[in-house]
Amino acid sequence: MGKYILKRLGTSLLIIFLVSVFSFSLMHILPGDPVRISLGESASEEKIQQVREAYNLNKPIVEQYFLWIKGIVQGDFGRSLLYEEDVSALIRAKLPITMSIGIPVLVIASVLGIVFGILTAVKRGTWVDQIITFIANIGIGCPEFWIAILAILIFGIRLKWLPTQGYVAPDKDFSKYLYLAVLPVSCLAFRFIAMITRQTRSNMLDIINQDYIRTARANGLAERKVIFRHALKNALIPVITIIGLQVRIIVSGSVIIERIFNIPGLGQLLMRGIMERDYFIVQACVFVITLITVGANLVVDILYGIVDPRVRKSWR
Amino acid sequence: MESKKKLLEVNHLRTSFFTQAGEVKAVNDVSYYVNEQEIVAVVGESGCGKSVTQMSCMQLIQTPPGKILGGEVLLEGENLLKYKPRSKEMRAIRGAKISMIFQEPMTSLNPVLTVGSQLSEVIRTHKKVSKKEAWQLGIEALKAVGIPEPETRMKNYPFEMSGGMRQRVMIAVAVACNSKLIIADEPTTALDVTTQAQVMELLLSIVKSMKTSIIVVTHNLGLVTRYADRIYVMYAGRIIESGTCEDILKNPRHPYTIGLLNAVPRLDASEDEQLVAINGAPPNLAKLKDDCAFAPRCPYASELCRSSCPTLRQVGDREHFAACHYEIGRDEHE
Repeated sequence: MGKYILKRLGTSLLIIFLVSVFSFSLMHILPGDPVRISLGESASEEKIQQVREAYNLNKPIVEQYFLWIKGIVQGDFGRSLLYEEDVSALIRAKLPITMSIGIPVLVIASVLGIVFGILTAVKRGTWVDQIITFIANIGIGCPEFWIAILAILIFGIRLKWLPTQGYVAPDKDFSKYLYLAVLPVSCLAFRFIAMITRQTRSNMLDIINQDYIRTARANGLAERKVIFRHALKNALIPVITIIGLQVRIIVSGSVIIERIFNIPGLGQLLMRGIMERDYFIVQACVFVITLITVGANLVVDILYGIVDPRVRKSWR
Repeated sequence: MESKKKLLEVNHLRTSFFTQAGEVKAVNDVSYYVNEQEIVAVVGESGCGKSVTQMSCMQLIQTPPGKILGGEVLLEGENLLKYKPRSKEMRAIRGAKISMIFQEPMTSLNPVLTVGSQLSEVIRTHKKVSKKEAWQLGIEALKAVGIPEPETRMKNYPFEMSGGMRQRVMIAVAVACNSKLIIADEPTTALDVTTQAQVMELLLSIVKSMKTSIIVVTHNLGLVTRYADRIYVMYAGRIIESGTCEDILKNPRHPYTIGLLNAVPRLDASEDEQLVAINGAPPNLAKLKDDCAFAPRCPYASELCRSSCPTLRQVGDREHFAACHYEIGRDEHE
């Protein structure tokens, strides 16, 4: 098992390296001089040269890359042109905000999605199944921003139940955090609940028709045991993949939700970085998102082995 | 044979599937019985309802679309159909009194659970024993079905075993719970010929040592001839001929049985003798009428056959029944 994890770790490092190269070159390939853009039209040539010098922008690209990587290894993502602050400090400040929205989304979506998935599969064809499947189809069909705007309109403006703007960190004022986070978390989670519900449902239906489920029933096991012990464990294997993929979508997908609900998280930071051509911010954000994605995939691969003995045995 | 007690008696069982194409009468007024310590074979081609009959007895028909419409299934005189399919009473029968062995040993065990945990789970479902005791009983059951190193095998996953081995595990479940009746649905179809013989020998030895009865559902007449005491031949959801193994094989009275036997290759056949296939295809069970379902494929079919459905009637001196309007023997056919 250790060997397998080591191997997966190696692949992960390779992916991180490739993404770092791409994200680094992307901003250099794009036309326009970021220094000029960030300093404005009125900046003097002297000032521009000074900034270029300070940010190593005069050096050859390859050397710039290695300087950047060297910095990252030491926890230094460079200095933001825009905020005139260390990018690593910005990330450290913004990432927890995005996480405080994203982690509840992931947990709620996984739990509710699996529960609804089992429910609809077991009650297939009944009104329970039809209603949940109908709502799930809406969830998959509608983009987040539309759902978010609709939710703001209904719960924020018409009913005035919930606030539509702002953010408070959970460690500062937890009840206020909850109050403010309800709408963004629900809007982001809606789609994922729908996806996991549908995936779990179709897997469960597939598994329920398997021979070993018939065997379990023919051996007199109670239906509860048949579903939760025999069917669910098999049905969850593909669901783990979906949940793993969502980790990335939650981090990067929050861009829209953060903008709509005015949450000062990583998504907002990335957005501004792109708009204002702030190299170091964009590179750092892409890098952090990559790290989280690759990390999530690694966890998924290990989870596979825990759930599926066939995978575990092949690791040896 | 008459002195033996009836273990299972199925009377006028009817099961239909309600599909978009209409009502599919998969089991159409089927009656049969199994004596204690008897091996009974149910023979027929694919889709004739032989598996559905067995699944109906266990009330394992998926509802909807399937539905048991009538009849009774008496296990030692107790009608199983009076229980709801998911009731505690029905579950206490499945796996404990009647065990089933299925065609596909490769897929009939849960791939993500060890053999031992699946085996001991069934034991604990039906016996009041601790986890440890159940595990021990599991080891003994594996030993009884001839699996070497049962202690190690208990910790194995199904994918680490061969097909024959897995089928033995399925039989071990029946052994561990002291089942009175084992229903083996095509138990050897997915296995190679050597393993087939081993599995059948094992089943046979269990009948002797544990005093169980076995229903073998199969399309393999070769298998039947060697092991069964009595044979039921099914066609289009009905039993069309029944009798002792000897009666059916030596003196078949229904044209379908004759056709089946003519389609079995024999070692003692002369070189120029050809295998004769039965013409046509099995009927669509959704479109059955009140005629003899075999008539379109039958070389002897007459107006009578196309207008009325023959019922089972005694054709021999012993318990030999056939559902044909005519007195037909094998000799006439040849």
